Amino acid sequence: MPAAPVSATAAAPARPRAGRGRLAAGGGLALGLFALLLAALLSLAVGARAIPLHDVIDALLHGGGSEQATIVNSVRVPRTLLGIVVGAAIGVAGALMQALTRNPLADPGLLGVNAGASAAVVIALAAGAAGATSGSIWFAFVGAAAASVAVYAIGGSGRGGSTPVRLALAGTALTAALTAVIYGIALSDPRLLQQYNLWSVGSLGNRGREQLDAILPFVLAGALLALLLSRPLNALALGDDSARALGARVRWTRIGGALAITLLCGAATAAAGPMYFLGLTVPHVGRAVCGPDQRWVLAYSAVLGAALMLVADVIGRVVVRPGELQAGVMVAIIGAPVFIALVRRKRIAAL
Amino acid sequence: MSDAPLQAREVTLAYDGTVVARELTVAIPAHGFTAIVGPNACGKSTLLRALVRMLKPRAGSVLLDGAEITSLPTKQVARRIGLLPQSSVAPDGITVEELVARGRHPHQRLLRQWSREDERAVREAMEQTAVDQLADQLVDELSGGQRQRVWLAMALAQATPLLLLDEPTTFLDIAHQMEVLDLCAELHGRGRTLVAVLHDLNHACRYATHLIAMRDGAVVAQGPPSEIVTAELVERVFGLRCLVVPCPASGAPMVVPAARAPGGGGARPAGQPAALASQLSA
Amino acid sequence: MSSALASARRPARAHVVRVGETVSLRLRRRPLVAGAALVALVLALLVVSVGTGDFPIGPAGVVKALVGQGDAGTVFVVRDLRLPRAVCALLIGVALAISGAVFQALTRNPLGSPDIIGFQQGASVGALFVITVLGASGVAVNGGALAGGAVCALAVYGLAFKRGGTSGYRLILVGIAIGFLMLSLVNYLLARARVEQAEEATRWLLGSLNGRGWSDVVPLAVVLAALLPALPAAARALRALELGDDSAHALGVRVERARLALVALAVALVAASTVAAGPVAFVALTAPQIARRLARAPSPPLLCSALTGTAIVLAADVAAQRLVPGTTLPVGVMTGAFGGLYLAWLLSTEWRRGRA
Repeated sequence: MPAAPVSATAAAPARPRAGRGRLAAGGGLALGLFALLLAALLSLAVGARAIPLHDVIDALLHGGGSEQATIVNSVRVPRTLLGIVVGAAIGVAGALMQALTRNPLADPGLLGVNAGASAAVVIALAAGAAGATSGSIWFAFVGAAAASVAVYAIGGSGRGGSTPVRLALAGTALTAALTAVIYGIALSDPRLLQQYNLWSVGSLGNRGREQLDAILPFVLAGALLALLLSRPLNALALGDDSARALGARVRWTRIGGALAITLLCGAATAAAGPMYFLGLTVPHVGRAVCGPDQRWVLAYSAVLGAALMLVADVIGRVVVRPGELQAGVMVAIIGAPVFIALVRRKRIAAL
Repeated sequence: MSDAPLQAREVTLAYDGTVVARELTVAIPAHGFTAIVGPNACGKSTLLRALVRMLKPRAGSVLLDGAEITSLPTKQVARRIGLLPQSSVAPDGITVEELVARGRHPHQRLLRQWSREDERAVREAMEQTAVDQLADQLVDELSGGQRQRVWLAMALAQATPLLLLDEPTTFLDIAHQMEVLDLCAELHGRGRTLVAVLHDLNHACRYATHLIAMRDGAVVAQGPPSEIVTAELVERVFGLRCLVVPCPASGAPMVVPAARAPGGGGARPAGQPAALASQLSA
Repeated sequence: MSSALASARRPARAHVVRVGETVSLRLRRRPLVAGAALVALVLALLVVSVGTGDFPIGPAGVVKALVGQGDAGTVFVVRDLRLPRAVCALLIGVALAISGAVFQALTRNPLGSPDIIGFQQGASVGALFVITVLGASGVAVNGGALAGGAVCALAVYGLAFKRGGTSGYRLILVGIAIGFLMLSLVNYLLARARVEQAEEATRWLLGSLNGRGWSDVVPLAVVLAALLPALPAAARALRALELGDDSAHALGVRVERARLALVALAVALVAASTVAAGPVAFVALTAPQIARRLARAPSPPLLCSALTGTAIVLAADVAAQRLVPGTTLPVGVMTGAFGGLYLAWLLSTEWRRGRA
C-alpha cells in the first residue's frame, strides 16, 4: 500500500458501502427528511414576528384572515417553499457538477452560471429594465443559460470533446471576462452598484410566490434530468473508457448533465442570487454519509441542500432582529465549520 | 553481510499507524541482482521504499555503504541509488528526451545545467532502452510499454551504482518484459547492483542472483534462487501448490503451478511424459 | 529556468553555453524568444502607462522625464505620480504570476491558485472592515488587509493541520471553505455599507492602483528583492516535483521541505501584492497558462510567467484609465477581461487544432 501522497489532486476512494449500506443510507435519508421538515416548520414560525407553532399549523390547515395567518400563508409559506426548491436545486447541481467533472472541488458556478446570471442582472438594472428582486429573474436565467452554452462551446471544441479540465478552464476564463463586464458597468453609477451588491448576496428576503412560480418548472425539469442521469453518472465516475465499456453514452451524459446543471443552478441563482458554498460542500457531506452511488448522492444533496438553505435563512432572520442577515451569508457561516470538522474527521472521499 | 552496500537492520515499517512489517533484516549483496518477491500486500514495495529512504522506519535502521541513510545528504543518496517507481506522472507536453534528461537532476547544479557528462549519460540511457528513435515525441502519445521504457531510461540516466526498480515489467507484453529484464541483466553484468520488486516468480528465479521472499511483512527466505526456491517455499509464501523444475532454457528453478483438482479444467499438454503428468496432477 | 517543448514537426534544438568545465547553461530558443518579446512589450507598456492620465505625455517626453530632463512639472508628474503607479503594476504582475505558476506546478492543476490559502479573502475582510466599519482609509486599509490576510492564512493552515502534517487535499478543502466564509462576510459588509463607502470598498476589492505612491511600492519591492534570488532554485525543484513525489524523491529532492518552501514563497508573494494594491484577480490564474503556451513548455515557466503577468497588469491599468472617459476603473476589472478573453481564445484555437 503506497504512502498517502501529499498531492493536491489525489484522494483516497471511498470504501464501498457493504450490505448494510442500503439500510443505513435509507435511514440517513429519512433522518435528513425529518430534519428538513423541522427546518420548514421553524421557517414558518420564526421571523421578525414569532408565531407559535400551534398557530402556524392552524393557519396552514384552516387559512383565515388573521394577520398571523396572512403572514404564514402569503409570506412565509412561499418563502419556505422557495428555500427548499433553491437549496435542493443547488445541492443537486453541485453533485452533478462534481460527478460530471470527476473533480470533488467543482462547484456549479464553474460553468459560468453565477457570472452569466450576474452579468445579465447588471445589464438589466443598468437599463432600468428590472428591479433588484423582481423582474430580474428572467434576465438572470437567460444570462446563466447563455454563459453555460458559451462555456460548453469553448470547452467542447476540438478533438476528444469536452474533458473536465477544459470545461473548468473555459468556465474560469468566461467568469473572468464577465466579472470585468459586471463591474465595468456597475461602477459607473453608485446607486447601480448598491443595487447590484444587494442582489449579489444570495438571499430569500422579499422573495416568494413570484420567484417560485417562475422557476419551479425549470427546477423540476432539471431534477428529472438529473434522476435519469444518475446511473450513467455512476458509470462515468469510473473513467470515460470504462463508462463506454459499460454502455454509457459519455458525450450525451455530459451534455445532459450540463443542461441539468444550467436548469437547476440557473434557476436558483435567478431566484435568489448567487449562492456560494452550498453547491460545493453539500455533495461532500452526502458522499461521506452514503458513499459514491450517484442515486443516493443526488437524493442526499437535495435534502441536505434544502435543509441547509432553510436553516441558514431562519438563523439569518433571528440573529439581527428586526433586520435580516441574508441566507447567502449564513450558509457559509454555518456550513464552513461543519464542513471543516468533517474534513478533519474523515478522509473526504473522491468520487 | 556487513559489506553489503545497502542493508536494513531490524526495521519496522508502518503507514499511518498500521504496522506493515516488523523487524526486517535484509542485506543487498554488492554487484548482485536481487529480486524481492511475495504475494500482494506482503510489504515488498514498502521495503523498497524504506531502502530508498522514502519511508522512515519506525524502528531499526537502513544503512547505505555502512552509514545510516537518513543522516546522509539527499543529493548524495540520489547519486548512489536510483529508483524506478511504480507510478510516475509525466507533465503534459513533455518530450521523451526532456523527460530522460530530468534524470540528471542530482548531478546538476544551478549553473551546471548540461555538462558533457549529462549529454552522454542521457544518450546512452536512451540507446540502452531503445527509445532514442522516440526522442522528440511527446510522452503522452506513447504506448504503455514505450512509456515504461522512457521512465526506465530516466532512471538509467541518473547513472547510479545501485538501481532499485518497483515492478518494472508492468504494462509490458512478454517480449518487452524479457527485453527489460535482459537489459537489467546486462546492467548487472556491467557491475551495477540491482534490486527489483518482481511480481513474476519465474522471472525472478531466472534473472536474480539473490532472492528475498516475503509474506505478511516478514522475510521468509533469502538467498540464491537455486538454493531457496522449493515447492515448500512457494506454498508457504504464495499459498500455491506447485512443482519446481529446472527451466529448459536457463537452468534456473521454474515454478509450475499444480493442476487443479481432478476433473477440473486445464488441458494436459500434449507429449507430456506420463510420470511428470501424474506428478503434476498430484 | 524554463524548458521548451519541441514542436511535433520540427524539433527545436537547445543551445548549450559552456564555460570551462563547471558552468554550462541550456537555453532553448522558444522561451528566449518569447521572453525577449515580452520584455519589449513590457517596456513599451511602461512608457505608455506613464504617459497616460489627465495630462498626457508622449513617449519621447516620458523617456526624457525619466532621466531628469524636460520641465520640472513633467518630471514631477512622471517621477512622483505616474512612475510609482506603473512600477507598482509591474511588481504586482511579477509577484502574482510567479505565485500562480508555483501553485499550478505544485498542484499539477491548471486551476491551482494561491487563493486556496485564503490570504486574499482574509485580506478582503480585513480591508473592508477598516473601510466600512472603522470608516478609515489610506494606510489603515493596507494594515487591515495584512492583518486579515495573515489571520485567515494561519487559520486555514492550523485547521488543515493534523498529526502527521497537512494533507494537500485537506488544505485545499479547508482553504475553500474559509474562502467562502470570508466571501460571505465581504458581501455582508458591502451590503450594509453606506453608498460612498461601498464604492471605495468595491474598488479596493477589485484591486486598485489609484493613488499608489512610492510608500506602497517600496515594501512590495523589498519583498520581491528578497525572494527573487530563490527563484532559480525554486524552478529546479519544481521541475523535479512535477514528475510525482516518488520520482522527485528518487532524484534527490527533499519533497516535504521543498513543497513547504515553495508554498511559503508563493504565499509571501501574494501577500505582498495584496497588501499593496488589493486582490487583483485572475493574474495568478491566467498569466502562467498564457506563458506556458507562449513558451511551449510542459509546465508554467517562471520567468515567462512573470513577464506575462507584468504585461497583463500594465495593459490592464492603461485600459482601466482610458476605457471609460472620466472614470478610472479598478485594474482588477481589466485584468479579468484581458486575462479571461485571451485565455478563452487560446484554449479554443488550441483545442480546435487538437492539442491539449
